[in-house]
Amino acid sequence: MKNKPTNYLLQTINSNKEILILTAILVVAPFLFQNDFHYEIAIVAILNAMICIGLNLLMGYAGQVSLGHGAFAGLGAYISVILVSNYQFSPVFSIFLSIVLMSILGFIISKPILKLKGHYLAMATLGIGIIINIVLEVEEDLTGGTDGMSVDSFTFFGYELVDSLQWYILVAVLLVLFIYLFENLINSPFGRILKSIHDSQNAATSVGIDVSHYKSIVFVLSVVIATIAGSLYAFFSGFISPGEASFAHSIELVVMVVLGGLGRVYGAIFGAVILTVLPQFLTAFEEYETLIFGLIVVAVMIFMPKGISSLWDKIVEKKGTKNVTSN
Amino acid sequence: MLQVTNLTKKFGGVTAVDNLSFNVQKGTIHSIIGPNGAGKTTLVNMITGVYKVDSGTVFLDGADITNISTNKLVYRGICRTFQNLEICSNMTVLENVLLGFDKYMDKSIFKSSFRTKSIIEDEQRYTKRALHLLSLIGLEKFAYTKAQNLSYGILKKLEIIRALATSPELILLDEPVAGLNPKETAEVSQLIKTVVKDEVTIILIEHDMKMVMDISDYITVMNFGQKLASGTPQEIANNEDVIKAYLGSGYE
Repeated sequence: MKNKPTNYLLQTINSNKEILILTAILVVAPFLFQNDFHYEIAIVAILNAMICIGLNLLMGYAGQVSLGHGAFAGLGAYISVILVSNYQFSPVFSIFLSIVLMSILGFIISKPILKLKGHYLAMATLGIGIIINIVLEVEEDLTGGTDGMSVDSFTFFGYELVDSLQWYILVAVLLVLFIYLFENLINSPFGRILKSIHDSQNAATSVGIDVSHYKSIVFVLSVVIATIAGSLYAFFSGFISPGEASFAHSIELVVMVVLGGLGRVYGAIFGAVILTVLPQFLTAFEEYETLIFGLIVVAVMIFMPKGISSLWDKIVEKKGTKNVTSN
Repeated sequence: MLQVTNLTKKFGGVTAVDNLSFNVQKGTIHSIIGPNGAGKTTLVNMITGVYKVDSGTVFLDGADITNISTNKLVYRGICRTFQNLEICSNMTVLENVLLGFDKYMDKSIFKSSFRTKSIIEDEQRYTKRALHLLSLIGLEKFAYTKAQNLSYGILKKLEIIRALATSPELILLDEPVAGLNPKETAEVSQLIKTVVKDEVTIILIEHDMKMVMDISDYITVMNFGQKLASGTPQEIANNEDVIKAYLGSGYE
């Protein structure tokens, strides 16, 4: 752990290498896909990874738990979808409007609840998530209630996305873009503020940082990313139901981040991909699927409490390569 | 420079600080001492806006700064350290010091996300300054070590350095040598003395009498929330009320 240079310029070079590997994987992956189902899983995994990037910013870096991000993603998606079907806005513009609305909502929510800490914060976000879920179920005129509603096709600047490959390219490009922006953000004074809030709010305050302001900003950022990914998922699947905004989905997202490795750039992505893909493999076990899935998750948390990405550290350390840990 | 007038704070039925007034002269080390529970830390918390003041005012260079929050006071030139260590333990020593320069750095989300030239230049410039600050106390060799791997004594010094990075005019040190061994205490004392040379005014809260007597220009003694005495170290050492408060009456 000692004397690893955290020269920030050096770090960009390093992270560029990682982002190149990821890009390569994303480019190669479609050649292994045999049917639309494979594409679908890949797209869902990538969209989950996006939400997890935002959630990781909030949980892993700023240290604020949220058990409501599934609900935010779902609500954002509903807003986008309703704007398209009821007001005939273009999908891209609808998502943009949804981002604006969700940012405002996120900001208003963040002010009171981020005053809470630990379990209380978890409870508050959980409550808000459940409220959102109930609203989506009850407002049948707008949302179609528990039956859900069908979603118009997604047009991207006049170009209609129907093909799975097109969708895959869109979400893959967005994922790489988000990771690029995210890494830059984390390795900037802004990122340092988030880490300091995680470690010691008193320290942050004592050097002039408005802790509550930055907590709100990072909360809004994570809600925005959830809105984007949630909306894209709705347009991709052509259908949306309150299940997207359910408590179970929120928990799933948190598990992805924690399993992958809190506060690790690529941890959230590992977690999202594994938790999306793994259940598909486990279907072979039929009724024991959930049991085995649960056992695997428990085993990972026991043997790798810092998440799956900590495995990467060990490999790197063994090879004697320098500096990945500080990410 | 700092003028405290009739400051009072009550917690329920307990009056922690009772109608306290004192002035701090620019460029001096002004110590506040007193037995445990005298209200020293409460006083610091009131000056730095952690607690709302029940009554009374705090002036900085004639401007009313009562009840201004801690983070805003940093921009007015007041910074503090903590009795219980407040260090970001998962960050490196360098990052902790860089945090102190935060108020000068550009934190725009947009620029940070795209890593513009100005962000990188900022980072380089302040990294140099942070390393310089660390070199003053011989900590530059730990610059890239995570704070959690370092000793308590080093972190106590780091906290002072971090506060210095905000280039304050007034710095409040809440028990900077509590729990340190004599060698470390001497080092911190030395650090504080060199800080004063750079014309930073210091309010020092400390139990280590040797150090207080050694480096203070002026001392205010508190007991049960009230001012018991004030004066130069010499005057305080010979003040009978102070001796009584510390050692009890009947002491010959």
